[in-house]
Amino acid sequence: MTRFLFLTIDGLAMGAVYATFALSLVLIWRAARIVNFAQAAISVAAVDVAWVVGSRVGGWWLGLLLAPLVGALLGVLMQRFTMRRLGPERHLDAIIVAIGVAMVVQAGLGMVFGLQYRPLPAPVSQTVLTVGGVPTLSPYKLVVLGAAALLGVGLALLFSRTALGLRLRASALAPEVARLLGVEVDRMTTLAWGLAAGVGAFAALLVLPTGPGLHPTAMDGVFITAFTAAVLGGLDSPVGAVVGGFAVGLVLNYVTGYTDEPNLAPIALLGLLLAVLLVRPNGVFAGPTIRRA
Amino acid sequence: MRAFGQPTSPGARGAALGLVVLAAGVVATYALPGRLFAIGQVVAWLVAAAGLTILVGQSGQLSLGQAGFMATGAYATALTQNALYAAGFTVSPPSGASGRFGASAAPTAAPWTLPVALLAGAAVAAAVGALLGLAAVRMRGAYLAGATLAFGLIVTPVTAVVDGLGGEQGLRVHVPRAPDPLGTAVGEGRVRVWVALVAAALVLAVLVAAVRGRWGRTLRAARDDEAAAALVGIPVARVRLAAFVVSAATAGLGGGLYVYLTGTVLPGYFGLTTSLFLLVAVVIGGAGRLVGVIGGTLFVVAVPIVTTEVMAAVNASPALQARLAGNAPLALLGLCLVLVTLARPGGRLAWLRRQVGVRRGARVGSPGVHGPGRDGTGGKPPTRHVPE
Amino acid sequence: MRAPIRAAALVAATALVAACSPTNQPSPEPYVPPRGVTETEIRLGTHQPLTGPASSYSRVALAMKAYFDHVNAHGGVHGRQIVLLIKDDGYNPATTQTVVRELVEQDEVFAIVGGLGTPTHSAVLDYLKEEQVPDLFVASGAGSWNQPARYPGTFGFQTDYTTEGKIVGHYLAEESAGEMVCAFHQDDDFGREFVAGVEAGLGTPVALRQSYITSNTNVAPQVQAMQSAGCTVVVLATLPSFTAQVLRTADQLSFRPQFIASTAGSDYATVGAILGVDKALLEGLISTGYLPIATHPDDPWIALFQRILDEYGDGGEVDNNVVVGMSIAYLTVQVLQRAGREITVDGLITAIEEGEFRGPGLVPFAFSPTSHAGYSGGRMSKVTNGEQNYFGPAYVTDAGSAPVTEYTEPAAVPPPDGIPTP
Repeated sequence: MTRFLFLTIDGLAMGAVYATFALSLVLIWRAARIVNFAQAAISVAAVDVAWVVGSRVGGWWLGLLLAPLVGALLGVLMQRFTMRRLGPERHLDAIIVAIGVAMVVQAGLGMVFGLQYRPLPAPVSQTVLTVGGVPTLSPYKLVVLGAAALLGVGLALLFSRTALGLRLRASALAPEVARLLGVEVDRMTTLAWGLAAGVGAFAALLVLPTGPGLHPTAMDGVFITAFTAAVLGGLDSPVGAVVGGFAVGLVLNYVTGYTDEPNLAPIALLGLLLAVLLVRPNGVFAGPTIRRA
Repeated sequence: MRAFGQPTSPGARGAALGLVVLAAGVVATYALPGRLFAIGQVVAWLVAAAGLTILVGQSGQLSLGQAGFMATGAYATALTQNALYAAGFTVSPPSGASGRFGASAAPTAAPWTLPVALLAGAAVAAAVGALLGLAAVRMRGAYLAGATLAFGLIVTPVTAVVDGLGGEQGLRVHVPRAPDPLGTAVGEGRVRVWVALVAAALVLAVLVAAVRGRWGRTLRAARDDEAAAALVGIPVARVRLAAFVVSAATAGLGGGLYVYLTGTVLPGYFGLTTSLFLLVAVVIGGAGRLVGVIGGTLFVVAVPIVTTEVMAAVNASPALQARLAGNAPLALLGLCLVLVTLARPGGRLAWLRRQVGVRRGARVGSPGVHGPGRDGTGGKPPTRHVPE
Repeated sequence: MRAPIRAAALVAATALVAACSPTNQPSPEPYVPPRGVTETEIRLGTHQPLTGPASSYSRVALAMKAYFDHVNAHGGVHGRQIVLLIKDDGYNPATTQTVVRELVEQDEVFAIVGGLGTPTHSAVLDYLKEEQVPDLFVASGAGSWNQPARYPGTFGFQTDYTTEGKIVGHYLAEESAGEMVCAFHQDDDFGREFVAGVEAGLGTPVALRQSYITSNTNVAPQVQAMQSAGCTVVVLATLPSFTAQVLRTADQLSFRPQFIASTAGSDYATVGAILGVDKALLEGLISTGYLPIATHPDDPWIALFQRILDEYGDGGEVDNNVVVGMSIAYLTVQVLQRAGREITVDGLITAIEEGEFRGPGLVPFAFSPTSHAGYSGGRMSKVTNGEQNYFGPAYVTDAGSAPVTEYTEPAAVPPPDGIPTP
């Protein structure tokens, strides 16, 4: 029982990170209908830059402010200089361009920062608190959960309650109509990219202190898992991304923890994905499929 | 070359392309003798990329796990080849190693075991493709991409968990060495590339003929407008499944060819990077275009080689070399990808719209539907069927 | 041809052959340098993960080159300059296939030296054998490089994982009666071979095995399993980044067993750099090693390597990668010296199989006509007060059934100019 509780709680904490990163993928998906393969590299770059400042002044908390800003900037730059030139139809091309951008960014990080792991310490203790004999979470993982929750709520409010959120959604779902109504669709798209990249950088800053540290490839694993989570939950659904993220975190922990064979985890994820998509081809939280004429 | 108004038959076109590729490849093995393996790799990957370009371009299904099918075929080929060898289907080896390395007096597999093993690889990959495809055909766009991505990622875990696959160090495969008159005259390495070229020529010929013929039209119809296709009696799900299986089979053959070229099979050959590079080859050549994918595959194999050599020629201090080494070629490759993709004229759409003008009259009322292009190959799928 | 002319040609040919037959020839065959060897240079190649997931090993290549540059500045070997061509394979075996073939067929190297990585190098074993290219001193601890019958030109360098595990197991058998010994290992050949060695040396299986895969850095489930099982000693077969992960995670769970790590993941400088402020977690870590420890600047070998790195390298500090790289290069120079000016492939292999190369290593090489294994053992080390130091004697054994025995020869000192004396 203790084991189960521990695996569950730890899985949820990891899941929060996957959920946050999945949210960033969903944001771009809804805005531009592409999966941003450069998200991992951009997130690491943002944290790297933020940490250059943060390691000297302000620590991780300053990083929490800076990383999303830098990430947003990088996302905007990427959209302005590359994606925008592709136009709305060239989705396959957009994937290739994103892959190219990821390579350039990772190579650049390697050249500037070198290829060794650089530690990124957590702002609070990472010692696991034990409650009634059950190891639960460390204070830092509580911070992670809290920050992810705040972000989720904030994004939900942004999209559902604010005028800006309305404009963003309109630009994504019905760009022609939005334009007719005076919404600057191009600007909204850029903003969506910036927002998504900022959220990705936020997720990276949360997760990297729990790993070996900063490295150009440090977020690659999270990206792949988060993408799986987003697909599982439904790429159009932010709620789906969150639920998917937690589900994936749990599955990984249960499989690793109960089978003693960590190689089964990716296989289990494939099985889960296929099982879900067989029944709900657009993810668990898919809305009704709109057949456009 | 053809009488006015009479199109060349799809079969003839296919055969022509196959022969051109074969001839060009053979010439290349003499023109660039130091790059034999790179040529072989292009050919093996071309086979896999050809199937993928059909799947993505003609059938509108995006797969990020083509390397997973390559691995399936590769391991099936390897195990079949080794089983045949162990069962005693061998011949005496060609003359070869001398001195200390002369221990290769061991018999070599009989030449006929190779096509059997390659076919086994393609067949197993097709079977796995059919299984996965049953689920996959219900998925669209990015969801399919996610599922195929997850499939591609299980290659290394499966080799670690299942006994007899050799784990991360893989397996040695007893591929047949070229029999004596051929091998000594031409060179073992060259013979292997030629075998791969023959396989690639056949695959391309068949695919071109199929795509330009009835099957291609059915694929594109199912891709462009499912409801309309169903209305005229096209079994959309079966059509999509067939494309999926064909793509998996070609990938399996490509994987098997790579096993033949290297005499080994390792999970590391078939990772996410390979799947992504195959996709790059497809897109750069124009999704759905079989002639284009040849150029795309050449691009994907050649650019890393070129960028590395460019960087090696740069004479920098050891400290700078240490920073640049490896990273600079990677950056250059990424830059190439971005620039080449951005520079392609505004999508296939514009070009195709011009072609569609004549044929459009037959189909009424569906905006954005593409008639068959002038050469019958598809372009980009129309807006609404891009991932929802 | 007409019959009489044919007969005459035959007679003439026979006479010619008789005149040239060995019994009549007083002078030996002239020396023909093999591929990659010229009057003035000898070309060597290596494949290294300069980018990608294993890029933290990228300084090995730099160190090898720096050492060869130093030797070249002093006249090279037998009057030839050593040219080292380094190619990046990004730790991807498909790329290794391509670059090694380029090295052999285009760059025409004489030998491959220090190829790094287990899955990557396994991809090219057969090719190098087919092409009869010497494959020297593979930078990996897998046992696959020691197959003299099957791969006559391939030689290992590192103490292989099983040998190392046996030494750890032997140490545990002597020192840790009553402890619950568990193992946390990478879920591949490295991990499995090491733990097999530990169990062989220990004489019994470990109480609990947990493993990890490199794509998932969260090792909390595995660590918690070991904690609740009550492990008191945990043997680690981990890469440096995962050594750091397990040490941190264990600390976060307040789980404090005695950790004993394979040398692959225990370099104090490397793991310390990853841990950063948590460096104190390394305190008490036991490990093994067979080369000088990089954080000992007073060790004569480390001092030598630092001098060479300052002059020909990137001006950084000596770390374990540098020690390995330069040691491989040092051994390479030794075997090239012994193979003589008129070097051939067969001659080189014979020279290596003679063994008896003394250098920075703490234990001897196991090279012989029947063994192509590299270093044959190691010494135990411990981190005390922030310093990693060896303790106890050195041990030698093999990957098979040989017992673990002490090796008492003192370590060699470097030659004054850092170049081995032939």
